[in-house]
Amino acid sequence: MTPHDEAAEQRKQSTSGLSEAGISRRVMLFQLALLFNGLAAAILAVPILGYILSPAIREKKIGYESWLSLGELEKFPAGQTRLATYRNPVVTPLDGQTADIPCWVRNIDGQKFQVFAINCAHLGCPVRWFPKSGLFLCPCHGGAYYEDGSRASGPPLRGLFEYPHKIQDGVLFIKAGELPTPGQAANRVQGRPTCA
Amino acid sequence: MRLIDNIATWLDQRLKLGATIRETAEHPVPRESASWFYVFGSAALTVFVLQLVTGILLALIYVPSAGEAWNSLQVLNHQITLGWFIRALHGWGSDFMLALVLIHMVQVFLFGAYKFPRELTWIMGVFLLLVTLGMAFTGQVLRFDQDAYWGLGIGASISSRVPVLGPLIVNLLLGGPIIGGATLSRFFALHVFVIPGLLIAFVSIHLLLVLKMGINDWPMPGRIVRRATYLQQYHELTQKQGVPFVPQAIWKDAMVSGFVLLSIAACAVIYGPFGPGGQPDPTIIQTAPRPDFFFLWVYASLSYLPPSAETPILLIVPAIGILGLLALPFVAGEGEKHWKRRPIAVLSVLLIAVALGTLTHLGEYTPWSPVMDAWSSQPIPAEYLMGRTALERRGALVFQAKQCHNCHSLDGQGGQRGPALDRVAVRLTLDQLIRQVIQGGGNMPAYGKNLTPAETNALVAFLETLHPAGQSPAHDASRDAALGTPAVESALPRQ
Repeated sequence: MTPHDEAAEQRKQSTSGLSEAGISRRVMLFQLALLFNGLAAAILAVPILGYILSPAIREKKIGYESWLSLGELEKFPAGQTRLATYRNPVVTPLDGQTADIPCWVRNIDGQKFQVFAINCAHLGCPVRWFPKSGLFLCPCHGGAYYEDGSRASGPPLRGLFEYPHKIQDGVLFIKAGELPTPGQAANRVQGRPTCA
Repeated sequence: MRLIDNIATWLDQRLKLGATIRETAEHPVPRESASWFYVFGSAALTVFVLQLVTGILLALIYVPSAGEAWNSLQVLNHQITLGWFIRALHGWGSDFMLALVLIHMVQVFLFGAYKFPRELTWIMGVFLLLVTLGMAFTGQVLRFDQDAYWGLGIGASISSRVPVLGPLIVNLLLGGPIIGGATLSRFFALHVFVIPGLLIAFVSIHLLLVLKMGINDWPMPGRIVRRATYLQQYHELTQKQGVPFVPQAIWKDAMVSGFVLLSIAACAVIYGPFGPGGQPDPTIIQTAPRPDFFFLWVYASLSYLPPSAETPILLIVPAIGILGLLALPFVAGEGEKHWKRRPIAVLSVLLIAVALGTLTHLGEYTPWSPVMDAWSSQPIPAEYLMGRTALERRGALVFQAKQCHNCHSLDGQGGQRGPALDRVAVRLTLDQLIRQVIQGGGNMPAYGKNLTPAETNALVAFLETLHPAGQSPAHDASRDAALGTPAVESALPRQ
């Protein structure tokens, strides 16, 4: 029953002969009440939306994309590519095992390094390194990458995602904290493409 | 007995539902519509109720936390009495529900039930298909194992390709910049609160519409649906040869529902629960993630689409498909209902069924995936090595050591990503083999940097031996002439 029907019903039943002004006042009060509730909803919507959208408002996240240690350089012999693990910088007590993220560290010549994300640039499956053939292979759809991370063959459109890295006091650091996907962070190393 | 009657009367005096329930139960349906073909919707609804019950039972134990979920599934499987059975019922129930929803949809489509005045019923049905798929995907995530973890990565990778909004969607999907505790919690909320809520709402509207619009009449070739006349015709049909829904039609629904429930229970007992697979530990990378049965076709099409067309197709085709389904009752709201007079409808169903069936079948054995351990676990068959020279055997060793076997099969063993090499010498000349190995091409990486000239020589010498006994390998006649080597010698089958 709409408020108008209600008002009409009341008018019919009314025996005391309510004035037209009185009825329209009640309609107006009801409309006012609706407006009041709308206002309350709008005020509540701000924090609710803020809560829901908080994962996407990332600039404000503390610790997001931080420099993380992969360990002493001795762990990565020259000319080899080794698996390393870092701890997700935005870790929460609920994360369990998912907080430890693997990545591939390539020590090119003892001086220069490359650090690749584990995720295939096609759909994010974990790529595996085969030192004998010098290839990263993806078990899902067969994407293949050369030792420098560039695309070799298969469905990926680009090379492996590469983390920015730096060496401080004999420790290798990478800047990480975000799941690399084809749509974002298309080139993790600023200023130069990571793949051919 | 009188006590029950008294209670019923007492309740009805207050609730005043008796008349409505009686009217609903006894509403007339066309005699032919009380058919074995009209039972799939009610069977799907029955399975949904089973899913609700088993879902609540699982929630008694399950812990929706990234750190504990996998362990709680192990507890359910191994420590709680009959926990494995409830998990198996829920898992098999999900497969049965999706299958029934699809069968129901095909039946409704082929019987023209989506036409006037049941457009909204069809649209609600499309929504129900989508939310059922949503339940299946989120449920797969709650089985928080390796497949679920990497499956989330795949979901994120696909979502990230949405123009402009991609990164935003990824972060909202994962509940943060990376897969973690928040990810599982939000999939739990979706699977347990949000999507079931939508499902119940859509089912209610769907059922209400079935009652209000009446169940679809049995299609007859030549009985044309016209907006102007249909309602009158349907009314006459139910008046003249209608039968009460209860019990004339419902007994078939009830029979099939019971049969489906027992089938689910049988599958649960015989095949057991689904997983969980390996622990959701990202550092264990020795895994080949695969989606559940009803998403295998997506997995397969993602391997066959041309890479450059993948993103547009991935984003646009599902949207077109859903819009097409929603538009169907408005485009074809009138006309013939019987499938014999609707060849395009029948062919569309067949085409889609064959396509999805083929892709699903391919998804089950993934010929496009390299066999990651073939190089170390699947030896070269002995007959490929007998009577070979030292160089050729050395080449066989290179073939294994350089992981060629991961993508190429010999005698049916090894990967199927690349072509089988049992007869490769017949297809490619020596020079073509060398070029292919060193430069790659097609779907093959270039091995130039990772093979020494000696290794390449040995490998190609081995590949040259791969031809049927009576068939000579391909050779370049001009090269033979230029170098003065008799072509026949290298072509002769050894042994």
